Amino acid sequence: MIRSGLVAATLAILVLFTTLAQAVDPTQMPTPQLQQRYLALTHELRCVQCQNEAIADSPVDIAADLRRQVREMLLAGKTDEDVRNYMVARYGEFILFRPRMSAKNLWLWLTPGVLILVGAFVAVRIISQRSHLVPQDNEPLEEDIRP
Amino acid sequence: MNRLRFLIPLGVFGLLVIVLAIGIARSPDKGTIVSPLLGKPAPEFSLPNLLDASQTVKSSDLRGRWYVFNVWGTWCFACREEHNTLLEIKHQAVVPLIGMDWKDAENDPLGYLQQSGNPYDVIAADKDGRAAIDWGVYGAPETFLVNDKGIVVYKYVGAMTRQVWEKEFLSRLPPRPESKS
Repeated sequence: MIRSGLVAATLAILVLFTTLAQAVDPTQMPTPQLQQRYLALTHELRCVQCQNEAIADSPVDIAADLRRQVREMLLAGKTDEDVRNYMVARYGEFILFRPRMSAKNLWLWLTPGVLILVGAFVAVRIISQRSHLVPQDNEPLEEDIRP
Repeated sequence: MNRLRFLIPLGVFGLLVIVLAIGIARSPDKGTIVSPLLGKPAPEFSLPNLLDASQTVKSSDLRGRWYVFNVWGTWCFACREEHNTLLEIKHQAVVPLIGMDWKDAENDPLGYLQQSGNPYDVIAADKDGRAAIDWGVYGAPETFLVNDKGIVVYKYVGAMTRQVWEKEFLSRLPPRPESKS
């Protein structure tokens, strides 16, 4: 009984939020493929005014204008990359939630790898040092235990 | 060597502090997006003249001279805040002030200008907000400085003040501006 109540409550909440999401952006693209690309793009472009939201989720005017731009470009047969380039040319890399790799931010991409290498080097050194210690530690101990 | 090993974390920490300090010091004002248009040609546009819809305001008409491009709307509170400063700037008459009335058709921009004064030499009406996207506008007021080669030299987001005008705009204008306007 309790479980079915939980399921019902979860469903109710889900339905509620779906309607909220549709309230922000009711756009329907003519084909499921276009709709999917439209949703993906509007979720990866930052609303430039309310900067922690994607344009898909933002009720402000400029987000609606940018969504219109995405819709029109997709309907005109532009690729996803065309849309991204269009937005970046006007609002900068900042509009992409997933920054691209470029000469300017290369160090940002490489730093984690370098850190892992440094960490691995340190770990290997520590482990190999400790493994040298082990036999030296054991020998006197064994003598003590021997009857 | 081994006795100084405790300095390594300290050094890493110091390096981190330096990197973060540079990041904080160099970051622009909170929330301000640095325009990718800086150093690039100003966007082309062709929009109806707000004061006379039968006429068109075109970017090509502005070519060959410095101009200030101000994006505003009657619905925008900070635009009202900067209005008097813009009137002062117009009074100085050092550079043409081009206005773009952004998504304002359902309001009464003409009535507003009649009441508060018109600081602009010419106003383009961007009813549906497409030209604003080309300019990378995300919150009015935004003010651009475009040079005589049509390159965007500077962009200011927020209400114009006399200090900003003198420090960021007047200082970038050529020393003896031609008074063509």
